[in-house]
This record gives sequence, structure tokens and C-alpha cells, in this order.
Amino acid sequence: MTAVAHRARGRAGSATSGAGRLAAALLSPTFVVLGLVVGYPLVAALRESVFRDGTDLDESGFVVEGSRFVGVDNYTAIFVGESAARFWNAFGNTTVFTVITVTLEVLIGVGMALVMHHAIRWRGIVRASILVPWAVPTAVSALLWRWIFQADGVANAMIGQQILWTTEGWQAKFAVILADVWKTAPFVGLLVLAGLQIIPNDVYEAARVDGASPWRQFWQITLPLVKPALLVAVLFRVLDALRMFDLPFVLIGSRKESVETLSMVAFDEAASLRFGPAAAYATILFVYVAVTALVFVRLLGADVIGAAREKARK
Amino acid sequence: MTATTQTSGNGAPWKRVLTFGGLGLILVYCLAPFYWMAVSAFRRPSDQFELTVLPAPFSLDNLTAVFAPGVGFGRSLLNSLVVAGVTTILTLVIGVSAAYALARLHFRFKNAVAALIIATSMFPGISLLVPLLALFTDIGWINTYQSMIVPSLSFALPLAVWNLTAFFRQMPEELEQAAMIDGCTRGQAFRKVILPLAAPGIFTTAIITFIAAWNEFIIALSMVNDSTMQTATVAISRFTGAYGFDQPFGTQMAAGVIVTVPLVVVVLLFQRRIIAGLTAGGVK
Repeated sequence: MTAVAHRARGRAGSATSGAGRLAAALLSPTFVVLGLVVGYPLVAALRESVFRDGTDLDESGFVVEGSRFVGVDNYTAIFVGESAARFWNAFGNTTVFTVITVTLEVLIGVGMALVMHHAIRWRGIVRASILVPWAVPTAVSALLWRWIFQADGVANAMIGQQILWTTEGWQAKFAVILADVWKTAPFVGLLVLAGLQIIPNDVYEAARVDGASPWRQFWQITLPLVKPALLVAVLFRVLDALRMFDLPFVLIGSRKESVETLSMVAFDEAASLRFGPAAAYATILFVYVAVTALVFVRLLGADVIGAAREKARK
Repeated sequence: MTATTQTSGNGAPWKRVLTFGGLGLILVYCLAPFYWMAVSAFRRPSDQFELTVLPAPFSLDNLTAVFAPGVGFGRSLLNSLVVAGVTTILTLVIGVSAAYALARLHFRFKNAVAALIIATSMFPGISLLVPLLALFTDIGWINTYQSMIVPSLSFALPLAVWNLTAFFRQMPEELEQAAMIDGCTRGQAFRKVILPLAAPGIFTTAIITFIAAWNEFIIALSMVNDSTMQTATVAISRFTGAYGFDQPFGTQMAAGVIVTVPLVVVVLLFQRRIIAGLTAGGVK
């Protein structure tokens, strides 16, 4: 800090010419740290994914120790080899969870935002309560839902059925989706509410004067104007859902076919000290997330920086 | 819900009924599961599976079981506090200058820099963890605080920079200009004028970062296998409990209440600021 301030002192006069160097000085601590904790691991993961670690048996049955270069073997094993079934199952689960949870969260979140936007009284209490699911740690919420979905738990008592929610099958998927939607839909609601609040009231006045029905106002004014905020919320939620781990891991358990996500497979491999395959899974997940983010920004025009700046300017 | 799009809200009576009904639904939706956790925490272990709305009789047995000597939950809470606290402080110290640069200075590649920083927060944690796990195993960092703190920076730092940038942008630029005309350098203007005024924003960012770090699970799960070093979230998920059930739900719910209630209280106290921070940052 003092070094930065020192350097800044010398350039206070020349505002723009020194700005670049000052900015570099101010940004460098952040970039050094991010380079170490994000940049290095990404490169290392790529490197590690072409090695196979630990004790292994080679083709002739000899014990091989240490890491061996195996080229794209880890990847071919994942896509077409012995772990292909597990990978495609995890890939499918990850994708299904992402699509379904984000869709539900957007629908519920927009509904919540609209209700809160129209409320005058009680708004503070509701806005505060909406933060509760967000503040509960995911691992704790997973345990909470595990308790609710217990065989003789409150969920079964309410619907009068005896469903073993946390065992393999569609019910486990359902439990994970419900728990995830509970925790994150309110968060989407908050972001959308912030988007709603910057729509000027006179737009609606004009629409009313022109005789537009509330339904039409929603589709032709509210939705288009809230779209930038909504797209950013959806982008964040999609990327977050793609790396889902805590919830299925604690709610259902590891190595459960019906809820295993890509993060869980990578974790399981790493926990068994098979760092090579784990790194390959992790790299594939990273590429999946990066491609999804790119598609969002390019095709749907999610303006992450612009939308955030717009809100900040308010 | 979709029937009203005006902000006045005092239209026809049925609209008001709809709005209040909606508000009630939101309240139940957000609070009912949390309430159930609290109620279950205060039941007697012998009637853990009761379905009454209130615990009858009220009991603190589950809470005492959480802190039973063999469980070591107090230590886990302390671990969480250290990891989340140090992560928050480091993040703020490192991130505040970057946020100031992004908010105030005009330089080339500014948008690219901002995009890069926010992009790092979206990387899946496991992609970073696998190589770090291998590295930390090699250098003997497993079961240490730093093995949890350092990877936590990967999500906490972008989050904090993003939030702080939004707060700095909201402050009028005339403040520093006035200070600089009065003879301050940019560095002095930042330290003596901006930082004190940005204190609420920095405080809010600290809360949001702390909650994110406190709730972290996968890093703590991977980096630690010694039960005295595990954080509270991991400890809860691994409870075997003092009672003989196959899963000690009562103890887990009680521990969940202990871990969550401080957060909920802070969140309720500062909800206005936190919402402003969350929506400006646009991240979880």
C-alpha cells in the first residue's frame, strides 16, 4: 500500500499519462494472487491431465510407481473408455440439473420480484426473509432437506406417501432440484427486483393511457426492460449450477448414479489420489463452463460488465 | 402476480389481496424449511421424529450434544472463523486498490481487466482444486489453515473487487478532485478521503465475502482430513453424533442452527446494505 501511494505521489500532476502505470500498480496485487490461485491451477490441471499418477499395474501386470506420461489416454478413457458411462451419466445429470433448476429459479424469482415490487407494506420484512435461504450454507441446507425428505420425515407426512427420497432414482434428482431451487430462486428474485426498480414509472403511465392491459404491459415493457438484469442473473446461476457439488454430495451422497455431477466425479477421482483422471474431468468441466459463458455473452448478449455498471451508476 | 404492473399497488382490492397473498407465499417459502430446522433442533432426541409445529417438550439436549466433548464442534467453529476471517481480511487488503483503479482511473484494457477478474469467479472450484490438492500434498500443506485460505481467495477476491468497484463508482468524483486541489496526491486523497467515506461499502463487502467463505465446502472437504482442522460446514456433514441413530438428525439440525443463526442475524441487521451489494456485484 505504501509503495503504491509513494508511486502515486510522483504522478499526481499528470493525470492521464500516469494513470496506466498507477492502474497497473494498483491492480498487480490482485493479478498476482489470481494468477497463483486461478491461473496456475488451470495450467497445472491441463498438464496433469496427460499424466497418470500413483501405483498402477501396466499391461504385463508389473507394478509401476510415480507419474507416467499417458498423452490423451485420460481423456479417451473418459469419453469412450472404461469410465465413459460414468462420465456421460455425470454430464447428463449436470446438464439436466442446470437446465431445470435455472428455469424454475427464473420463473419463481421473477414472480417473487413482481410481488415485492408491488408491495408497499411488509416489503422490508419480505426482502430480509428472502436473504435467509441465501445465507444458509449449502451443506447445511442439504442436511436440512435430507431431514425433511427422511422416510418418516415431514415431506412424506405432508403428501401422505412413503417415498424414499434420498435413495437412487428420480426421487433423488427431484430432492436435489427442489433443495437447489429453494436456496437460489430468492437470489434471482433479488437481482430481478433490482432490475425492476430502475424502470421509470412514466413508461407504465404512458402504456396505461394507451390502454395496454396489465398482461401486455408485463410482456412488452417489464420483460424487455428487465431482460439485461435477468440475463446476467441467469448467466451467473447457470455457471454456478454447472459446478454443483455440495448439495448432491451431502443430500444424497457420493457415487450415487442418479445425482452424480461432473464436479463430484472429479472430486471422487482426486480423493482416490488419481490426480490425472481427476484433472482431465476438471478440465472438461472447465471447458464446458467456459463455452457456456461464451455462448451466453455472444448469442444472448448478456452484458455482464455493462449491466453491473448500469446498476452501479444509479 | 402478472396482473399488476404498476408500482402504486393501491389499486383494486383484489390486486392488494393478490400482492399480500404473494408476500405470504414468499415468506413461507423462504422461512418454513429454516423454521423446521430450528424446531427439530429443540426437540428431545427421543421425540425427534414428532411432526408437531412446536417442540413439545422444549429441550436443549440436541444443542448440548453438539458441544459434547468428543465431537469437537467448538474447534470446528473456531477453524471456520479463522479461515473465513483471514480470507476476508486478505481479500479486502488486496482487492481494495484494484477496485479503486477499476472504478476511478482511465486506462487501456480496463474492460478486459474487469471481464477477466469477474470471469475468474465463475471457474468451477474443482478445476482449481485438483492441481492445488496435488501441490499442497507435495509441500505438506494438507491439514493447515493456509491450504483452505489460499484457494478461497480464488472466489472471494473477484467477489470483493466486484462489489468494491460498484461502491467506489457510486461516490462522487468531486471528492478526490477537491482533495487533490487542496494539495493531496491521489494516494492521499484515496487514503484520507475515499477510504473513510467508503467504509460502509467496505463493511458490506466484508460481510458478503465472509459469508461466502464461511459457507465454503468443497475446498475444506478436500484439503483437510484431520478432524481437528475441519471447518464447521464439513464437520456438520460428517457428524456421527453422540446418540446411536444411523444419522443423528437432531444434532445436525442443532449444529445447523448454530452455524446459520449468526449469519441470519447479521443479514437481517444489514439487509439493506447487503442487498445493495449483492445486486451491484451481481454474484452470489
